[in-house]
Amino acid sequence: MQQFIFGVLTLFSFGFFAFNLRKIAQNIHMGLPLDRSDRKAERWRTMLLVALGQKKMFTRPIPALLHLALYAAFVITQIELIEILVDGISGSHRFFQNGLGGFYTFMISFIEVLSVLAFIGTIAFLARRNMLKLPRLNMKELAGWPTQDANLILVFELILISFIFTMNGADEVLQRYAGTSNGFAISSWLGPILFEGKSTYTLHVLEQIGWWGHIVMVYTFMNYLPYSKHLHIFMAFPNTYYSKLEPKGQFTNMQSVTNEVKLMLDPNADPYAATATDAAPSRFGAKDVNDLTWKNLMDAYSCTECGRCTSACPANTTGKLLSPRKIMMDTRDRMVELGDFKRKNGQDAEDGKSLLGSYITEEELWACTSCNACVQECPVNIDPLSIIMDLRRFLVMEESKVPTELTGMLTNIENNGAPWQFAPTERMNWANEE
Amino acid sequence: MADMMASGESPDVLFWVGCAGSFDDRAKKITKALVKILNHCKVNFAVLGTEESCTGDPAKRAGNEFTFQMQALMNIELLNGYEIKKIVTACPHCFNTLKNEYPSLGGTYEVIHHTQLIQDLINTGKLTLADNGTFKGKKITFHDPCYLGRANDVYEAPRELIEKLDAALVEMKRCKTNGLCCGAGGAQMFKEAEKGNKEINIERTEDAIETSANIIATGCPFCNTMMTDGVKHFEKEEDVKVMDIAELIANAADL
Repeated sequence: MQQFIFGVLTLFSFGFFAFNLRKIAQNIHMGLPLDRSDRKAERWRTMLLVALGQKKMFTRPIPALLHLALYAAFVITQIELIEILVDGISGSHRFFQNGLGGFYTFMISFIEVLSVLAFIGTIAFLARRNMLKLPRLNMKELAGWPTQDANLILVFELILISFIFTMNGADEVLQRYAGTSNGFAISSWLGPILFEGKSTYTLHVLEQIGWWGHIVMVYTFMNYLPYSKHLHIFMAFPNTYYSKLEPKGQFTNMQSVTNEVKLMLDPNADPYAATATDAAPSRFGAKDVNDLTWKNLMDAYSCTECGRCTSACPANTTGKLLSPRKIMMDTRDRMVELGDFKRKNGQDAEDGKSLLGSYITEEELWACTSCNACVQECPVNIDPLSIIMDLRRFLVMEESKVPTELTGMLTNIENNGAPWQFAPTERMNWANEE
Repeated sequence: MADMMASGESPDVLFWVGCAGSFDDRAKKITKALVKILNHCKVNFAVLGTEESCTGDPAKRAGNEFTFQMQALMNIELLNGYEIKKIVTACPHCFNTLKNEYPSLGGTYEVIHHTQLIQDLINTGKLTLADNGTFKGKKITFHDPCYLGRANDVYEAPRELIEKLDAALVEMKRCKTNGLCCGAGGAQMFKEAEKGNKEINIERTEDAIETSANIIATGCPFCNTMMTDGVKHFEKEEDVKVMDIAELIANAADL
């Protein structure tokens, strides 16, 4: 009966998770194509260093160490999870214990130690957020759901770890009653402290509560991920693999513009021949999420709202409206909204909203200095700058919404080849001045 | 350049002066300092003179890809016509655009920043710094231009040059990859800042003043303007000078 319940629960959990992953994939595919299939060795290296090795986290050592504890515990616990799955389906108890012997004891001990560190780390994270009120974790874009989401994740983690120790602790006391010990690093002393003297029946119930509680929390957490910023635990990997590998200062050259400019510059070009064959882009720049590339959208799903970008942004730190983190959060919110709308009403349906306008304002976009600090800071190689630039391109090229001073600068470049009003003939004056 | 072409010569390197270097009174001094160094080292170089035109960088960062590509394609036609192989520039914005954004439009050149060229001239013994004590006991801090540092990972060339001076290099709390922008990039140079509670260049100048440096060294004409304005804001013009690396080196070499 237990095995049956476990089987159904497992199938349902993975099924629902797969269902949501498919939606995520569909949403990312709303983006425009972009070729990131090159330089594979370099991509693997970037993923190993940045995602697996957490290289960029360590520019801020304290949160990096706390995060490392949670991350390591999470990764290693997957081994125990495999055992839980095997035990759950086959009805065995600690399936690997007999076969692995001393190594098993070491492995579970290792998991226990990391779990304690993760517990401490989680408490510290809750304190940083809610008591120390770290500025970057208490900005206005985090009001409401994002803050709840963050705290909920941390509470989930505390519960998960508590169930592990309930299970291992009760099991340890049971073993002691039978004159032996599991010998795990933490539960062999924590178990007796918590449960010594309890009846064998109570201990069995506690062990079962721990076991079931743990697996139910794992499945809950897994299915919570697609709705949460915590999805970064998976997305960090593909997202760093598909990182922009060109120099950060290199912006894309729009091919659609090149075609048109070449037509203008070439007196012999046949305008009709060219425009008929080249499919014109639906628009220049981006107004909505489906004008961005799939990588921009993957970026949005990878963001865990840590706010390192925003705390390094020169515009944000001097009180401007722009926050690169908000750009990413807006992109994700709008993508989910549009994806759901299209699944419901058909691919060609329009909901009358857009990323630019309904979520992101012109004032935010015009505050950017394109300094790349946000891109540099992001621990999972998200590129908010390319979204900002694509939205600017739409404003300028489709809507002609340019700040007045910039109109002057652009006109000067077009008329006299310099952003200021100087004649080209004056270009060499410096050589004759003292 | 046209003269050189006419007499059948070809330069080893083209000095891309840039709009700031050509028209901005402060930046023109940087241009002249660099030319002094190039002439002193007998570098076979040329400038495009009146044929040079904006690279299109501010247009591109402002979101106007049309204007950018118009400029880029015209410049590429000119540069390719003169068979230019190597370009040096004192402007990180020109540097970034020429180096990274011109190749896919048909203009591929070896592009270096002037600090890299000067470093090379010193390392190969073509330029020696006089022991004239100009910077003796001075503290110099280097402000990383975003388009040189983060955008193109050039952090060491300017620092090595400062270390060659008889002065102490002091770092700001935010430097290299963490360097704070001066506030001019992304076409902000040509517009008023958006509403906020502080100007970015003031924030950055505070970083620099905190180091108690006598000189703020830059490698970008726009950073130079922003930092100079910042120093003026704090009325520190007497104590803190804002100078380009090329000017520091030209002074130290008695040029």
